[in-house]
Amino acid sequence: MHTQYVVGVTAVLEIEGLRKTYRSRRKGARRALDGFDMVVEAGQVHGFLGPNGSGKTTTLRTLLGLIRPNGGRMAILGEEVPARLPAVAGQVGAIVESPQFFPHFSAQDTLSLLADAGEVPQARVTEVLELVGLRDRAKERVKTYSLGMKQRLAVASALLKSPQLLILDEPANGLDPGGIREMRDLMRQLSASGMTVVLSSHILGEVQQICDSVTIISLGRRVASGPVAEVLAQHSGGGVVVRLESAADLPKAAQVLVAAGARVDLKPDHLLVTGVEKPAWVTRTLAGHDLYVSELAPVTVDLESVFLELTGTAPVTGQHRQVDQSVEVPA
Amino acid sequence: MSGLIRAEVRRLAKRRVTRLMVILLVLGLGAIGVAFTVASQKVGPAQVAAAEAEAQRQYEEALRWHQQMVADCEAAKARGEDITQRFPPDCGNEPGYAPQREQFDATWNLPYEFHFRDQFGVFISVFAGIVALFGFIVGASYVGAEWHSGGMMNLLLWRPRRLSVLFTKLGVLLGGVLAVTVVLGALWTVGFWLIGTFDGQTGEMTQGAWESFALSGARGAGLVLAVTAVAFGLASVGRHTAMALGVAIGVGVVSEIGMRIALAIAQVRFAERWVLSTYALAWFEKRWELQDWRACNISFSGQCEPDTFVITWQQSALVFGLGTAVVLAAAIWLMRSRDIT
Repeated sequence: MHTQYVVGVTAVLEIEGLRKTYRSRRKGARRALDGFDMVVEAGQVHGFLGPNGSGKTTTLRTLLGLIRPNGGRMAILGEEVPARLPAVAGQVGAIVESPQFFPHFSAQDTLSLLADAGEVPQARVTEVLELVGLRDRAKERVKTYSLGMKQRLAVASALLKSPQLLILDEPANGLDPGGIREMRDLMRQLSASGMTVVLSSHILGEVQQICDSVTIISLGRRVASGPVAEVLAQHSGGGVVVRLESAADLPKAAQVLVAAGARVDLKPDHLLVTGVEKPAWVTRTLAGHDLYVSELAPVTVDLESVFLELTGTAPVTGQHRQVDQSVEVPA
Repeated sequence: MSGLIRAEVRRLAKRRVTRLMVILLVLGLGAIGVAFTVASQKVGPAQVAAAEAEAQRQYEEALRWHQQMVADCEAAKARGEDITQRFPPDCGNEPGYAPQREQFDATWNLPYEFHFRDQFGVFISVFAGIVALFGFIVGASYVGAEWHSGGMMNLLLWRPRRLSVLFTKLGVLLGGVLAVTVVLGALWTVGFWLIGTFDGQTGEMTQGAWESFALSGARGAGLVLAVTAVAFGLASVGRHTAMALGVAIGVGVVSEIGMRIALAIAQVRFAERWVLSTYALAWFEKRWELQDWRACNISFSGQCEPDTFVITWQQSALVFGLGTAVVLAAAIWLMRSRDIT
């Protein structure tokens, strides 16, 4: 499937129809990306979500030139990659998967060597160490660091270039609650300064709080994308919860609403009504049959429930879902 | 590009393995130098006189034993005992049976004296062998640890031109190892020259003799660089230091033990031509002659001469050059094409 859509002039990252198949003599072929599409507009904090094995890391690594795609098109800051990657690499800061550093070097040495390799002024090393809160531990060996500190160092290494596009794979992984909040504030701060941030995370509450837009990937394909509020609205189903003064009237009310054209799910103490344009229509219709509503509330969904629905990864009692086990849901 | 070179030079110099191996290398080479300083002694008139005196003492001792044996034999003979089992014919009175003074060479009793012109060539080979081992470990670890720790992936996020990164790393490594080889090689030469000057002999050092040492040194440095490059290539192919060490042990066992045994059982002629160390010897000695004593070629003098098979340094260059090229080609191809997961 190749989705065509209009790419805005401000797109910082564009991916169209990206395909990648891993081939192994023992395991045969495994399609990691199957025509994946993604667009990230400038200045956004963009959440990139997907279950384990859905193709997130493959996408990011392919984008950064670490993995060679089998097909599709990618562009960063308007430059086609991987062909023009060397030209834009200086403007892209990235961490992919867990932070990995040479354990016997200090954070200062690690960043200083990267700064030399990237021809970035050494003064920037001190700035980013301060920014991620590692200033006082900068001269200690990385092997003495906790996972959270390594994560901070990884973010520092990505920020070292003062990039226009920052790609962070699970940046909150291993951080304590204070660190998660600091990371959230940092993302907001960076975004406010004009930096575009692509954030892959499983902490969906965080993503919902700090991301302007999201792309959800499942089985190597995009299953949802757009501004967070829009994605949530699309998957709330426009449903409303209806409670009556007397629960005994619920069956009758259900019959009335169905006869009027709504879809109704009868619950013990309420009705779940979908397929209505405006909640006021429910009140008016029932009042016409002397049924009085005591509570009328639109159904709200959060990103987690949308994610679980779209990727088919919601836990089912008595079943043990395996990695890569998702259901296919049309985009 | 200069930034990447600077970063790689700093990275190589900062690594613990590099620093530790440089210290061990200096200590090891220093220990050999000190051992030879202690062992070698300048031979002057006093040493010659002492050796002569010792040779005379040994001669007199042997003569005394001989005379005692003759006396014992004569006595046994007089008693009518069978002397044929215990004593030589005629009780050792035969001409030439008694010890002769010239049989006791005073030079046997001289202390070891290092001779720079005659012996330093061997020490160049020893030096090159030790530095090659250093180059192998540093080369394998430099890129192997970088791959294994994720440092290479980080670097490629900054410098996406993979081959440029690989070649820069290789160039910096070879440059660093060559610098260590040249500096320590110079100290090694000066050290043994001083041993020759103060505790031995330097001999007549003609321009030709120095040129010969220089060429041996250049061949040694070539081997060091080839070994370093192979270690780098293997560790890069396997993305782990252990890959290079494992292959080195494997090749060592297969080539130096397995092949020798198998070819000996199969009675292959000149079996050593299939063993790598033979080519290393030929590389240092310029030519290495293998002999097959099962063949007997009668010479003009009527002696039995073996068949021979000569391996030249040019053939060694071909073997080591091809091996290095194949390993580096594999590393380059994989660097270009592999997915870094």
